[in-house]
Amino acid sequence: MMDLLKLLTRKKENSKDVAKERLKLVLIHDRSTFSPQFLEMMKSEIIQVIRKYLDVEEELLDIQLTKTTSEDGERIVPALVANIPIRAMRSGNR
Amino acid sequence: MGEVIVITSGKGGVGKTTTTANLGVGLALQGKKTVLIDTDIGLRNLDVVMGLENRIVYDLVDVVEGSCRVKQALIKDKRYDGLHLLPAAQTRDKNAVTPEQMEKLCDELKEEFDYVIIDCPAGIEQGFKNAIAGASRAFVVTTPEVSAVRDADRIIGLLEANDIRNPRLIVNRLRPDMVRRGDMMTIDDIIDILAIELIGVIPDDENIIVSTNRGEPAVADAKSAAGLAYRNITRRILGEDVPFVDLTAQENILTKMKKLFGFKPA
Repeated sequence: MMDLLKLLTRKKENSKDVAKERLKLVLIHDRSTFSPQFLEMMKSEIIQVIRKYLDVEEELLDIQLTKTTSEDGERIVPALVANIPIRAMRSGNR
Repeated sequence: MGEVIVITSGKGGVGKTTTTANLGVGLALQGKKTVLIDTDIGLRNLDVVMGLENRIVYDLVDVVEGSCRVKQALIKDKRYDGLHLLPAAQTRDKNAVTPEQMEKLCDELKEEFDYVIIDCPAGIEQGFKNAIAGASRAFVVTTPEVSAVRDADRIIGLLEANDIRNPRLIVNRLRPDMVRRGDMMTIDDIIDILAIELIGVIPDDENIIVSTNRGEPAVADAKSAAGLAYRNITRRILGEDVPFVDLTAQENILTKMKKLFGFKPA
């Protein structure tokens, strides 16, 4: 039943929305100037540092290289975007 | 001192040459001294789109190699006052010109012309590097398709890396009917993805093919929808604040009636 519903709603999805989603995903890869290994290495070191101070959900950690508009709004600049869910503050730090 | 603008896209066949020709004629019609440079060495086409293919004597390679003076190679378009074309060489390859030579040539031309418009070849290799070398501004042409938008994104990154700030976007061949039924990305979708400022939207228009057949750019055709879009871009280049018309707006009965009775839409 769920599958049937999915099939029906999927058919109704505009092809331009499919195009936009696919483009967004492919551009994340195109825009990153370094290799996945490099990103993984950086990620694990960032985690090590943060772990000293915070209890984080390591499996949900999301670090991506993307593009954003600079503060003066004049240029497109690369940006490292990290989403790090915190489970708890480590006690004794404050 | 003139301005050097490169028309680029990454992907081939999205309308760089057509755009270069139309903006060139558009600027000339506005009284600006303009020179168009075709940098697609080996695959030149700006000459046929402009209808000037029979008047080529010297080309870009002759100029940078010093076989002739710049003035000798410039073809004066007799139909539009102040418009000139520097054609590409057809029998050489892209390595016949270096970025340093292009920079020097552009510096020389902008002393005399108000606008130097450079038609860039497809790709990101030597031809692209040559085309952008002397430019201070860039217009990125794309169509509302995944392949063209993806390549445009790559080009925008390369322009930034080469210190060409604030490239502007031209979305070509928009099909309002397809956008309305959700089968073509909207202008907002494309801007959202590419994150650069828009300078023009060209609707898909049969007149472009007809005018290219004749070698007479559509910008001079008062009845062509694409021609109007190019005239608007020309005015924006000159600093005028021309509002963007929503080409995908649903037609209501009033505008349909007006069209029927031959009134031009406001």
